[in-house]
Amino acid sequence: MKKEGIELIKDGKRIDGRDFEDIRKPFRIKLGVLKNANGSAYVEWGKNKIVAGVFGPKEVLPRHLENPHKAIIKCQYSMSTFSSLEEHGRAGPNRRSIELSKVIREALENIVLLEHYPRTMIEVFITVLQAEGGTRVASFTAAVAALIDAGIPMRTIAGGIAVGKVDGQMVVDLGKEEDNYGEADVPMVFTKEGDILLLQMDGMLTKEEVEFALTKGYEKVKNVILPELRRAVEEKYAGEIVKKLEL
Amino acid sequence: MGVDVIRNLKRSYLLDLLNRNERIDGRDFHSFREIEVVPNVIETAEGSALARIGETQVLAGIKFEVVEPFPSDPDLGVFITNAEFLPLASSMFEPGPPDENSIEFARVVDRGLRSAEVVDLNSFFIEDGKVLGLFLDLYVLDYGGNLFDTGYLAAMSALLNTKFPKIEDGKIIRGEYTGNLDIKRVVTSTTFVKVDRYILIDPLLSEELAADSRLTVAVSDEFVVAMQKGGSGGFKKSDVLKMVDIAFDKRKDLIKYLR
Repeated sequence: MKKEGIELIKDGKRIDGRDFEDIRKPFRIKLGVLKNANGSAYVEWGKNKIVAGVFGPKEVLPRHLENPHKAIIKCQYSMSTFSSLEEHGRAGPNRRSIELSKVIREALENIVLLEHYPRTMIEVFITVLQAEGGTRVASFTAAVAALIDAGIPMRTIAGGIAVGKVDGQMVVDLGKEEDNYGEADVPMVFTKEGDILLLQMDGMLTKEEVEFALTKGYEKVKNVILPELRRAVEEKYAGEIVKKLEL
Repeated sequence: MGVDVIRNLKRSYLLDLLNRNERIDGRDFHSFREIEVVPNVIETAEGSALARIGETQVLAGIKFEVVEPFPSDPDLGVFITNAEFLPLASSMFEPGPPDENSIEFARVVDRGLRSAEVVDLNSFFIEDGKVLGLFLDLYVLDYGGNLFDTGYLAAMSALLNTKFPKIEDGKIIRGEYTGNLDIKRVVTSTTFVKVDRYILIDPLLSEELAADSRLTVAVSDEFVVAMQKGGSGGFKKSDVLKMVDIAFDKRKDLIKYLR
């Protein structure tokens, strides 16, 4: 995992010039970027470029997956074949994308009011067009924005962030080199209230470092990620509401 | 739909018990079921072990092949983990390509072993363009809940009992070995489910089905080396830290099965 000869921290700054707790820039969410999807969103986060589209609630296919008590979510995370600086990727699902689709879906199931739409299916498609590390948490955030854009009711909002360790230092929002050559990575999703909906970890961390990751992760979701999500929603919808109220 | 009705019934039954401080099989909240780990059960594999936790049984088999290295790491060996959910292990398993649960299981076991650098992949280099590939395959034989911990025990025991193949002219000489595979660290895992406000370790299948969420914490001596949350329920930060503590504590027992 760790590679010799790559200096990820120099003179108290990270390889891309950030301080330890800075989130990459740009960090920008835009709602309603696609015409056909019922809801959509585009997230730029560092060099990550991610688009999410939501369809539904709609008829469940295949039918036997229908649940008489609530809606089901189908979630597909995928990376474009040209999303990485390295080789041409393979199209279609792979083992990594299947796992990530599962953990993103489980986190979404927590916040979407599924019981409002029994016997239906909500489809969430996420495509990473350009990748720079931290795509799963950025993808989750894009999915939430697209669900909001689709008018799907949710009990609260949530956003994702990764915290990790590079050159012995805990840092927020790992970039690509930090992700590849760092010592640990903890992707997380938190609700506004601080509930943990997605949690994975690889690398080696002490318990104190895990605690730091959880504390800092929530702080950044609450103070940076969710405010940007809110700004994006207001950007698209606040104007319209005001317009409609003009008598 | 069937699963959903059963889930609700099981959940209310389970909650009744938990409210009285009891579990379905009489265990307390933080005890494992009976554990058994038997290494070297397959003679045709370079390493193997059968692990059992309660009714759950996972057989790990290890084979070596000479493979091309990944272009990004031309000097490093290859370590690949796969899981087979055999249809004979549960009526919930169906024949066919691995589904998301099988993929998640294999990837989470792989993650802990890789993070802890259990195997030194530098020692797998043969010559330019040729390295050893270690294939760790996890066969689920009987599924009664808590695959993750059973899988970690089987994988770890198999690795600890793996013979290193003899290599001549860039080829593996089958049946001849130069010694044992060098193991740098031993990883153990503890899996938890949260049902309402209760946290249980080593869940039974029925507890898994009724649970809101699941967390697997894999640890080496002093480090957390992998975590994976499953299910749609949430955890509090304090839940996670408590589970990390318990995972370190349970390691003392689990490691006894890996000697």
